[in-house]
Order: sequence, then structure tokens, then C-alpha cells
Amino acid sequence: MSVKSFRQAINEALRDEMHRDPKVVLLGEDIAGGMGARGAQDAWGGVLGATKGLLNEFGRGRVFDTPISESAFIGAAGGAAVTGLRPVAQLMFVDFFGVCGDQIFNQIAKFRYMFGGTAKTPVVIRTLCGAGVRAASQHSQMLYPVFTHFPGLKVAVPSSPYEAKGLLTQAIRDDDPVIFFEHKAMFDDTGEVPDKPYAIPFGEARIVCEGGDVTLVALGRMVGFAKTAADRLAKDGIQCTVIDPRTTSPLDTGTILASVRSTGRLVVIDEAHPRCGMAADIASLVAEEAFNSLTAPIRKVTPPHCPVPFAPELEDAYIPGPDDIEQAVRAIVKERADA
Amino acid sequence: MRLEREDLLRAYRRMCTIREFEERVHREFASGGIPGFVHLYAGEETAAVAVCENLQPGDQITSTHRGHGHSIAKDCDVTAMMKEIFGRADGLCHGKGGSMHIADISKGMLGANGIVGGGPPLACGAALSARVLDNGGVAVAFFGDGAFNQGTTLESLNFARVYDLPVLFVLEDNGYAESTSSDWSIGGNDPVRRAEGFGIKGEKVDGHDFFAVYRAAQEALEAIRNGAGPRFIHIEFTRYYGHFEGDAMTYRPPGEVEEERSFLDCLAFFRARTTQGGQLDTAELDAIDVEVRALVENAVAQARAAPPPAPETLTTHVYAAY
Ligand SMILES: Cc1ncc(C[n+]2csc(CCOP(=O)(O)OP(=O)(O)O)c2C)c(N)n1
Ligand SMILES: [Mg+2]
Repeated sequence: MSVKSFRQAINEALRDEMHRDPKVVLLGEDIAGGMGARGAQDAWGGVLGATKGLLNEFGRGRVFDTPISESAFIGAAGGAAVTGLRPVAQLMFVDFFGVCGDQIFNQIAKFRYMFGGTAKTPVVIRTLCGAGVRAASQHSQMLYPVFTHFPGLKVAVPSSPYEAKGLLTQAIRDDDPVIFFEHKAMFDDTGEVPDKPYAIPFGEARIVCEGGDVTLVALGRMVGFAKTAADRLAKDGIQCTVIDPRTTSPLDTGTILASVRSTGRLVVIDEAHPRCGMAADIASLVAEEAFNSLTAPIRKVTPPHCPVPFAPELEDAYIPGPDDIEQAVRAIVKERADA
Repeated sequence: MRLEREDLLRAYRRMCTIREFEERVHREFASGGIPGFVHLYAGEETAAVAVCENLQPGDQITSTHRGHGHSIAKDCDVTAMMKEIFGRADGLCHGKGGSMHIADISKGMLGANGIVGGGPPLACGAALSARVLDNGGVAVAFFGDGAFNQGTTLESLNFARVYDLPVLFVLEDNGYAESTSSDWSIGGNDPVRRAEGFGIKGEKVDGHDFFAVYRAAQEALEAIRNGAGPRFIHIEFTRYYGHFEGDAMTYRPPGEVEEERSFLDCLAFFRARTTQGGQLDTAELDAIDVEVRALVENAVAQARAAPPPAPETLTTHVYAAY
């Protein structure tokens, strides 16, 4: 066990799995860098450095830099997966899904079903997501609900270095296509990460902290914010359970429902767009399955229904923060006290 | 080609404005005044200016993530641009877009673009508008060597061809896409032949020579306006700064940029050509340098002092009608 960054955790999972299984290969733009150039090779190691060093260790026969042709190389990763490899492709920013959507949504996601269970597509698509670095509308989205929408895709949203390593390891070993979301504002976050390989099973939520008054369900970067809000609220005697589902597909509905049945209150926090998002999805799950346990209305904490803006003042107003979560919790706790 | 004195002075002023703007943004970014990501156009000035000098105000262009040069060449307001890059309320896009989405629709500048290959299909659409509205307009798609491998770009070449759309495709080959060399990424290594494979006539030009680019653009645009359908130009030059501000550029051998700058500077080339030929004199070019420096200095001062967008504007501009 030692303290590692989110970036290191990802790098370690990739390195371990590449050592463990020669069928694991990497594809993506500048994942090593310097392809065809006269200067240093491995010049980038990916846009945020997560794949740095893997070229030197595994060579150009396993680390494939690609032209800017997402349809071709994301699709190729899918094609390689059904024919025996375990590719880990990088879609540099998830916002670029639009230029390779068919390969992901109609091909990779559906092979197994359309072919009556005869195909196996063990591909991982790693992708940067999230707002907070002033990257504006086309480099800041949190599109995991879009991918969660599609049957056949698994979707992981790590909230810490520990989850990043364990979930990525599972993603690579998993026999289904996995979209792996890496929040760009979390790359320098640090935490305890075991040195040895470990896999975190999909569909198993983590209970971050437990409290009897309100259930908070949060994903990715919002998990840390929910914990901050929970700590503040605890000082005023409001006890929260914070649940990190870790994967949106499969979704650990059992843990969420059990918690809401005991607290009677739910706040869902989601950095994605509010319409048809995970907050709405989890809220509807609870409304359907645990309505009688609810003692207050469900609250969703999300950005407003608009693209991610550029100006820092606007972007800061856009991203949900601990204050917004705290307010939402206080509002529904008060509602019951008033009743 | 007939470039009169005024044409030459205007072209020099534009190129100089781009260079000064970019070098200034480079310094402002380094000192922390500019948020987010910026991609500088310094070293590539000829493409935007030589092409746009051959356009009319009603013509349309699509740009890339490296869009400041195209904006200046298409006559966008330099102060409003700087304000946008600083994220200010009265920037060109009211602080919503920033460097990567700078645009001025009223000027026919359809936006810098965060998506590599995002522009060419839009340029086809602008050309389609010109066709249907019968306004004689043309569209120009500027895109990089990296974007030349994106499906959207290749589909656009074909789409433009089958409908003979009035589009000029301008490949800005600065040698790299991020850290990847264009010699490697462009399979076949012959962009003009690739365009010709789509039935589109193309030409490769030296991007350090304004006059070469100007002539190629003029010829291509004339043919397009005469109904020849799409044309293609492959312009070669070098990028003076990193892919984005903060890129250490270790994929380039040490000294590569300095060396290329020393003998492949389009501004120095332009000065030498026009003064040696006696068309312009050094003093008037120097005067433009001074004037441009003041213009950009003033833009920075205004951008620094300008207020940020009001929080209420976060949710405006999502739809035209609610
Ligand atoms: C669809 C898509 N893929 C990848 C990127 C990330 N990206 C931004 S710029 C760039 C390189 C573009 O190279 P090129 O087209 O040569 O333009 P240059 O930067 O050299 O001007 C890449 C890979 C992106 N923005 N959009
Ligand atoms: Mg390039």
C-alpha cells in the first residue's frame, strides 16, 4: 500500500494487466507520442500522462499510437476484441464520442446480443470526462448517462485512485465492453492504493460513510463533494450515508434501495446533464421501488440544463459543489421537521 | 495576380496582427491571465491571410482549435477576441466559448472548433447555403494534418465533389498533430493525391511564402466561383509553439523550432520580398509593427479590465426560443 495519484493508479492497472496478459494492447492518439517524429518517443504518454512509460516497457507492438481517426481505431479495438485481443482504447475526451458513435453504440455494444451470445467483446474504452478545467463546451462533458443508456455496455466511473486501479483492472479482465470514465480534474488526487493488482467487481457500490438521516448517492468527482457535505452536516447533527455506485451499468440497486429504506430520504448528485441523467435514473428507481419508505421528496443535485461554459465564473456556477449538496439535504430534512 | 501596394500593406498588417496577438497570448497565458487551453497559430499566418484576402465579406470559413489566426484574417474584432480568450462578458461569444470556440457568425467566421474534423462538414453546409440562396458565396474549410485523417473530413471531400459545392479545402500541415508527425499519420504521404482520389484538384504550396499561398488560393477560389466545384490546397509550414500552451515539445529535436524560425519565418520572408522588389519600404512596415503592437496591447489592457459574465447568463443562449 502506498499513496498514489489517480494518474499513477491508472498507469499501474494498465502495466499490471499488460504484464499479466499478452493479449492486452493499447490504442489511442498520442498514448505514447512522438510517432514518426524526430525527437523523443513516449513524448506524451497520453494527454494527461496516464500511459507514460508503457511504450518503453511493452514496445510499439503493444502500444499503438493512432491517427486522429476515432471511428477507425475505436472500431478496430472492437474488432480486435471479438477476435482474441483485449484492447484498451483511449477516446481522448468523451466529448469526441460523436465521431465514433456507431462503432460503440451499434457495433461493440450489440455484438453479443445480435449474434445470440456467440460473440465476446472484451474491449475497454478509457475516456476523459468532466468539467472544472476551463476546457469549455466540447471538452468538459460528463456523458456516462449516454453510454449507460445502451444495453451491452458496462460503465465505470471511478471516484478515487483506489477505485481507478481496481475498476480498470476489472474492466480489462471483463469479457464485456467497458467505458471507463476518468475525470480530468482528479488526475492529481492522491490516495492509498495497493501495490498488488486487485479487481473491484462491477455492480458493487461502496458505502463511503454511514448515517441514518439521509442517503446521498454520488458518482465520480461528486463523491468527494458529497463526503465533504456529509461531514459538515454531521456537525449539525444530520447524519448521511454516502453511496458511490462505482459503476452505472451494472448498477447496484440493492445497496441504494436498502439505504433509502432505512433513511427515508434521498439526494442524488450527478455532474452530468440533468435530463435523462443518472440522477433522474436513480430517483426513478427509488420512487418505484421504495416509495413507501420515503419521508421526504427526492432531491437531485445537478448542473443546469445547458452546455459547459468557458468563463471560470460561469463554469464554477455550473458545477455542483458541496454547498449545493448541503442545501439540498437541509431542505428535505427541514421538510420533514415542518410536516 | 496583382497585389497593389494597399493589398500588400493590408496583408502584412493582418499577418503581423496574428503574430503579435499570438505572442502576446503566449505571454499572458504564461503569467496566468488566460484560463483553459490555447493553441497558437504563430508560424502559420500565411494560410489564413492569403486565403482570406481572396474572400468577400459574405464568404464563410470554418476553423479549428487553432482558430485565432483565421478569426483575425476574417476580420474579427481583435479586442473582442482577446476579451473572449480572457472569458469576459463582452467577448465575441460572451465568455461562453473561449479560445477554442471563438466565432463571429456576422463576419462569416463559423467558429474555432474543439472537435478535430468538426469544420469540413460545416463548410460543405455553408457552401450548400450559398448554392441554394444563389448568393455567389464560397466556403473555406481550414483543417490540420491530423484532421486530414478524420472520417468527417474525408466524407466532406466526397460530399463536396458529388454536388460540386463551392468549397475550398485548406490543409494546414504544420508537421504535427499534437506529438504525432504528419509524415507518419497521413497514410500514402501525399495529400494532393489523396484529394485527387476524390476527384478534387489540389496543389501543394510552401507556407512560408505568402505569395505562393496567395496565388494558389486565388486560382482555386476563382475556379470555385466559376463553378468548378471543390478545390484543395496543401500548405506546409511549422508550428512555432507547442501543440497547446504548456506542451514541452520533447518530440521535436532540440533546436528544431529555433532553426526553422530562423529561415522559415513568413513575416521575414514577406518583408524581404516586398522591400527588395521596391514595392514597400522598411519604414512603412516598421510603422505597421508599431501600430499592431499598440492595437494588441490595448486589446490586452481592455480584456484584463473587462468584467466577467454575470452568473445569470449561465443558462442563456441554450435555445433561440424557450
Ligand atoms: C475528434 C477529436 N479527436 C481528438 C482531439 C484532440 N486533439 C485536439 S487537437 C489535436 C491535433 C490536431 O492536429 P492537426 O489537425 O494537425 O492540427 P494542429 O493542432 O496541428 O493545428 C488532437 C488530437 C479532438 N479535439 N477532437
Ligand atoms: Mg498539425
